[in-house]
Amino acid sequence: MQNMRRKVLKSGGAMTVYALLVAAGWLKPGDAAAQAWNKSAFEAKSMDEAMKAFGGSAPAQSKDIAFVSTPDIAENGAVVPIGITSSIPKTESIAILVEKNPNMLAASFDILPGTEPAIGTRVKMGQSSNVYALVKADGKYYVASKEIKVTLGGCGG
Amino acid sequence: MPDPMKIRANVVGDSTEVRVLMSHEMETGQRRDAQGKVIPAWFIQNVVVAHNGKPVLNAQWGPAIAKNPFLSFKFKGGAKGDKVEITWVDNRGEKRTDETVIA
Repeated sequence: MQNMRRKVLKSGGAMTVYALLVAAGWLKPGDAAAQAWNKSAFEAKSMDEAMKAFGGSAPAQSKDIAFVSTPDIAENGAVVPIGITSSIPKTESIAILVEKNPNMLAASFDILPGTEPAIGTRVKMGQSSNVYALVKADGKYYVASKEIKVTLGGCGG
Repeated sequence: MPDPMKIRANVVGDSTEVRVLMSHEMETGQRRDAQGKVIPAWFIQNVVVAHNGKPVLNAQWGPAIAKNPFLSFKFKGGAKGDKVEITWVDNRGEKRTDETVIA
C-alpha cells in the first residue's frame, strides 16, 4: 500500500517537472530553478582550486570579517553553527569553506544590495579543521579563518 | 512533497531579520548503507529569498550544510506586513516555496 503510494507520487512528480521543463524551456535566466550552481567550486579540494573556480586571485587576510556565534569546540560535527559578518564596504558575497571536509566549499551567499553582510547557518564537519570565511567585496577577495575542534565527526552518520 | 519551511521574519531596528528552518535530508554522498553501497548525494543547491518580489539573497549550497538546514540573515527596508518568499531547489530538481509575513 505504502509502496504503491510512493510510486504514484514519484511518477506524478516526475511528470510535473517534465511538463514544466517543456513549457518553460526557454525560461532560463532569472528563473530560480535554473539559477547557476558553481559545480567546479563545490568540487574543489583546496583553497587554490576554489579560488580558480571563483575566478579570483589569492585572497587577502582581513580583520574586518568576524565569526559570530561560532563555537571553538563543536560537540557534534553534524551540526556546527557558523555565523559570519563582514564590515568590508561593498561586500558582494560570503562563502564558507571547511579545510578538512572532502570538498572544501560548504556554501556561498550572494549579498544583494540592501542586504546586510551577515549570515548564519549550520554546516557539517568531518573532523577538527580550520573554517574559512571568504568575502568578495568590490571585486576583490578577503579571507578570515577560525579553528573549530570537533569531538564527534559529522560524516560517520 | 517536502515538508514546509519554518520561516520567521521580524523587524529589528531598521532592518528585517529572517530566520529559516528547512526540512531536507542533506545526504552528503559520502556515507554508505549496510550493504556498503554509497548513498547518493541529495542536498539543496540553491536558495532564493525575495522581499515583496525583489530578491534579497541568493545562496548556493553544497552537501556540507547540515541536515534540516538553518539560515539567518538581515536585510534593510522591510516593513510589517511585507511578504518574504523563500524557494529552494535540490540536486534532484525538487523545489519548494514558502512565504511569510514580516512581524
